[in-house]
Amino acid sequence: MNRILLVCATLAALVAPPLAAETVAITGATVHTVTNQGVIEGATVVVRDGRIVAVGTDVRVPGGARVIDARGRMLTPGFFDAWSHIGIVEISGVSGTNDTGVDDTRLSASFNVADAINPRSALIPVNRIEGVTRTLVVPQARSHLIAGQALVMDLGGRPDSIVPGPAAIIVHLGERGSELSGGSRAAAMLRLREVLQDARDYGRNRSAYERGSRRDYAASRLDLEALQPLLAGRIPMVAAVNRASDIEALLRLQREFDLRVIVFGGAEAWVVADQLAAADVAVIVDPLTNLPGNFDMLAATDRNAARLHAAGVTVVFATADSHNARNLRQSAGNAVARGLPWDAALAAVTVNAARVLGLDDVGTIAVGQVADLVIWDADPFELSSWPEAVFIGGVQVPMTSRQTELRDRYLPRDRTLPHAY
Amino acid sequence: MKLPSLPVAVALIAIACPAAASGPFESTYTPLPSEPVMIQNATILTGTGTRLDTADVLMRNGVIEAVGQDLDVPEGVQVIDGTGRWITPGIIDNHSHLGVYPSPSIDAHSDGNEMTSPNTAEVWAEHSVWPQDPGFIRALEAGVTTLAVLPGSANLFGGRISTLRNVPGRGYQDMLFPDAPHGLKMACGENPKRVYGQGRRSAPMTRMGNVAGYRNAWIRAADYQRRLNEYQAEIEAGEEATPPTRDLQLETLAGVLRGEILVHNHCYRADEMLVMLDVAEEFGYSISSFHHAVESYKIADRLAEAGVCSSMWADWWGFKIEAWDGIRENAAIVEASGACAIIHSDSDVGIQRLNQEAAKALAAGQRAGLPVTPEIAIQWITLNPARSLGIDDRTGSIEAGKFADVVIWDRYPFSVYARPQVVFIDGARAYDVADPERQPRTDFELGLSAIGGAR
Repeated sequence: MNRILLVCATLAALVAPPLAAETVAITGATVHTVTNQGVIEGATVVVRDGRIVAVGTDVRVPGGARVIDARGRMLTPGFFDAWSHIGIVEISGVSGTNDTGVDDTRLSASFNVADAINPRSALIPVNRIEGVTRTLVVPQARSHLIAGQALVMDLGGRPDSIVPGPAAIIVHLGERGSELSGGSRAAAMLRLREVLQDARDYGRNRSAYERGSRRDYAASRLDLEALQPLLAGRIPMVAAVNRASDIEALLRLQREFDLRVIVFGGAEAWVVADQLAAADVAVIVDPLTNLPGNFDMLAATDRNAARLHAAGVTVVFATADSHNARNLRQSAGNAVARGLPWDAALAAVTVNAARVLGLDDVGTIAVGQVADLVIWDADPFELSSWPEAVFIGGVQVPMTSRQTELRDRYLPRDRTLPHAY
Repeated sequence: MKLPSLPVAVALIAIACPAAASGPFESTYTPLPSEPVMIQNATILTGTGTRLDTADVLMRNGVIEAVGQDLDVPEGVQVIDGTGRWITPGIIDNHSHLGVYPSPSIDAHSDGNEMTSPNTAEVWAEHSVWPQDPGFIRALEAGVTTLAVLPGSANLFGGRISTLRNVPGRGYQDMLFPDAPHGLKMACGENPKRVYGQGRRSAPMTRMGNVAGYRNAWIRAADYQRRLNEYQAEIEAGEEATPPTRDLQLETLAGVLRGEILVHNHCYRADEMLVMLDVAEEFGYSISSFHHAVESYKIADRLAEAGVCSSMWADWWGFKIEAWDGIRENAAIVEASGACAIIHSDSDVGIQRLNQEAAKALAAGQRAGLPVTPEIAIQWITLNPARSLGIDDRTGSIEAGKFADVVIWDRYPFSVYARPQVVFIDGARAYDVADPERQPRTDFELGLSAIGGAR
């Protein structure tokens, strides 16, 4: 009888997902809080007005709450893919649908894609029904080593899913920075230093600049303005860089300008793990990267994440694959298979992404946190597991996408009319 | 009767006989040294749709001698305790660009697409293979024992495909699968018309231009074969005869028409696959497999009728509009409809986890209520790709008499945490996680310890 109730309760939860935040009580799950509370067996989690308001085994279910019986299930925070173009690309090869980059050297740090993001993108349902609830939307560097501003977006598909203020400034070093800076990575660092110095000078002398009595700067006014939060330490620089020596050059820059810095890619980050840990620089990695794709990555290894973690570096995962951000959990499982502790892998796809980007109120299951939650039928990293329910900001998402509709249309069955009917 | 001169005779043999059987560019592959081995008490996915529990595999002289429960242990055979372990056939990837687009990926290594003409049936991918690509070893560590190296998909006819044993060598010939048939890479859809029509304002510029391109090429090939047949008949009749001028491009295409070279056709859209089936029918050849085949699920019944394999990804989609309709249930729907389903990688990263890719496709199929099981799904990465490459009589399953290409996994092979412990190729330990002497590295990987980067 209980099994039937469990199935019915689960189905009921799925059949009519509400569009507005409601009071929900998820009961009986194994809750992975990703805090120092650890894992709580058979806990109740209460969500109200988009936030988690209670977590524990002795929590009372509020009257009027919709109850989801999650016995035998695992509850985790929603997964955060820390580097994607979700919302600014539909089909990568179709330029009209691809707003990730600009061919304009005048537009660098100020390139903010908020106005380009499409909350109705087909990529959003495809990824969120598999547990991805939030992402860092990054611009592509097409003409300048400073690609622009990265934004945090939840996959709820609402206009307010996008946090319009910049979450980070994206910079490309290494071979890519070299390409964009005339042919040497030394020139890339030189240009970066120059623009940071100019931005600092501009920030201290705005009125003189407006009067036209400041020297010429290496960047436009908009770009100089966009660099102010970086210089003030309010937002980090996320530098796409792989080679160990380039990471060391980045750390020198970090010290020089007292910046918050995060490494993206970091194929050789493990080689300088101690320096990264000492500098409190987090690394966003794709755990599957283990081939020397170019000479910046000769020491690439799938043990990168485990080695960084063992050295005390905060490790964050990303797929860098907007269409398949949903495979983030497979990446995490692979990192575990190559030596990263399971809990560290869970943190790498949840709280670590949030915290390194300055978000304190999402990424864990704790009172006050935004209710990004996923109920899994088993270990989320296992390929046979599946999400049974996904909440973004306390709103349960419909478990449908363009792909589920295609699947339903083409599952083998007898038909008398063409598929289009 | 005047016999043809020796050079002409050699040329004739090269034209008229199966390409890999004799002459230059033949395989110099030698199996690694092996000892007789019996793996006992393991869970075996045989690749024939069967799972055996608490079962044994006996490998001797490079072949699987026996597989079953409670096998007798012959004298002199080393016993490996397979308790808690899973055994599968060696993984076969039928779509790889390892060696032709190797790591490091730099311009000087960009050898996979002879983008100088839409028809380059004359090139052979094997001539581009760099055996020092570290990707081969990463794939070996992941259980890949055989792989097909393909030209890319820029061209209507990309060139010949070759099958390799995943054992390191100094030349590609050391890796060449002995007596495996060649394949021919063909591509439909966006790529050729983007490279030539959009890029160079030359044919083909449209899908209809693609199809005319195939048909014109097959017409010339059929004519070439007719001239070969005429020459052959004249020689057999003892007449004086001049052979047709040797033409590498037409040699490859004629080999397809004679059924000796297997067609692997990159094609995403369902409607285009149906067109390619008609092109094949017009000229009397068979398509061994469509590749990428993102929309195979829409025509799975037709593919089953045609006996054509679909080599697919588990979940790639959305990078081109011809990949817009990709769904996770593709492979399972193809399988459930009675058609040959294959999971391929087309990726130096994906080849390292074909078991995981198959696992995702298996899970999606099961969730959708389709009758797919682990013992079926393992075939997507073993026997079915072997069949598409014309080597299923020799490998791809754990059956007595076949090559001892076997993987010992540390757990259920469709788990994300599963890792191969030992990879046997021809019964030899090509990779052994517990033996540093069986952990190869290519030349390119040397020197890293000197710069602090040893893996």
